[in-house]
Amino acid sequence: MENLAATWEWLSTSPLLALTLTVGVYWAADKLWERSGRHPLLTPLLITVTVISIVLVVAGIDYSAYADGASILTILLGPATVALALPLHRQASHVKEAAPMVLGAVLVGAFFSIISGYWVTLWLGGSTELAASMAPKSATTPIAMALAEQIVGLAPLAVLFVMVAGLAGAVIGPKILDLVRVTDPRARGLAMGVASHGVGTSRAFQEGQTQGAFSGLAMGLTGLTVSLIITWLVP
Amino acid sequence: MIGGLALLLAFQLVGELVVRLTGLPIPGPVIGMVLCFGWLRWHHPREGAPSVRAADVLVRYLPIMFVPTTVGIVAYGPQVAAQWFPAAVASFGTWLVTFILVAWVAVWLRPRRPKQEAA
Repeated sequence: MENLAATWEWLSTSPLLALTLTVGVYWAADKLWERSGRHPLLTPLLITVTVISIVLVVAGIDYSAYADGASILTILLGPATVALALPLHRQASHVKEAAPMVLGAVLVGAFFSIISGYWVTLWLGGSTELAASMAPKSATTPIAMALAEQIVGLAPLAVLFVMVAGLAGAVIGPKILDLVRVTDPRARGLAMGVASHGVGTSRAFQEGQTQGAFSGLAMGLTGLTVSLIITWLVP
Repeated sequence: MIGGLALLLAFQLVGELVVRLTGLPIPGPVIGMVLCFGWLRWHHPREGAPSVRAADVLVRYLPIMFVPTTVGIVAYGPQVAAQWFPAAVASFGTWLVTFILVAWVAVWLRPRRPKQEAA
């Protein structure tokens, strides 16, 4: 019995448990997602975070112990963000003649999303922290996390709002574009990429290569634009 | 692969140094991304080169790297629950308006074929 308690003590603070749990649950969630035909609401991140949160609460493991244990994954986020230059580079050849269209959509979208996200949240009675976590929601997750922390927001809340934007785009985005009669495949891709980043981009690729390419390009450029302008727009 | 990882880390390192030395309010990895993009445009590594493989692997597994931070939502649960109304309405509402606005701006700015189409 004593050994059992000592083992649990070791296990609940060991990086090995945090890593096994994270990688294992993600692997299972990824399988589930593939089996569902990549349904947006079964996005692996969403399932993994839900399952791990429940495990931590039920097993009574402290969040900071888990986060310390899994910190190697968080550290890799840095070079992985740098690596986003690669998809951007691959899509860059699409710009040429469509440059005004791409840049106009990205600038208007990034600017409007920050301003409206921040002020609408405050106006509806949200705290400054909530508003600052809302402001970068058009940027892709790793960038939004870093930005939220820079402007007194909270990284986990920023991820939550990024997910709402991504899932909304993937689930109802194409229907809304039909409703407002936008048929141009480039414009459809740009809307998905600017407002719904990575999750929107994988949905855009299901519509077609042009939609996907423009969405991927818009996602990269929007992440960049949001990081360049956010500190000047949010007081 | 390891060479590619070293290159990505070096870009991030330079990015972080630039941010600290200049006081720019931009995350270091974003500066690293810009530097890496410039390098890719200039160097054009072929598909399958070590830098390309390392970048592909990291981008592919990006979501797993946000898991630990996102789980932090358990610590903020009560705070979000108390503000569920502004959180839900602002996140969905401003997404919807941004989405439609971007689509319209894109249609308005799209390159038009010269003349013949109208004729």
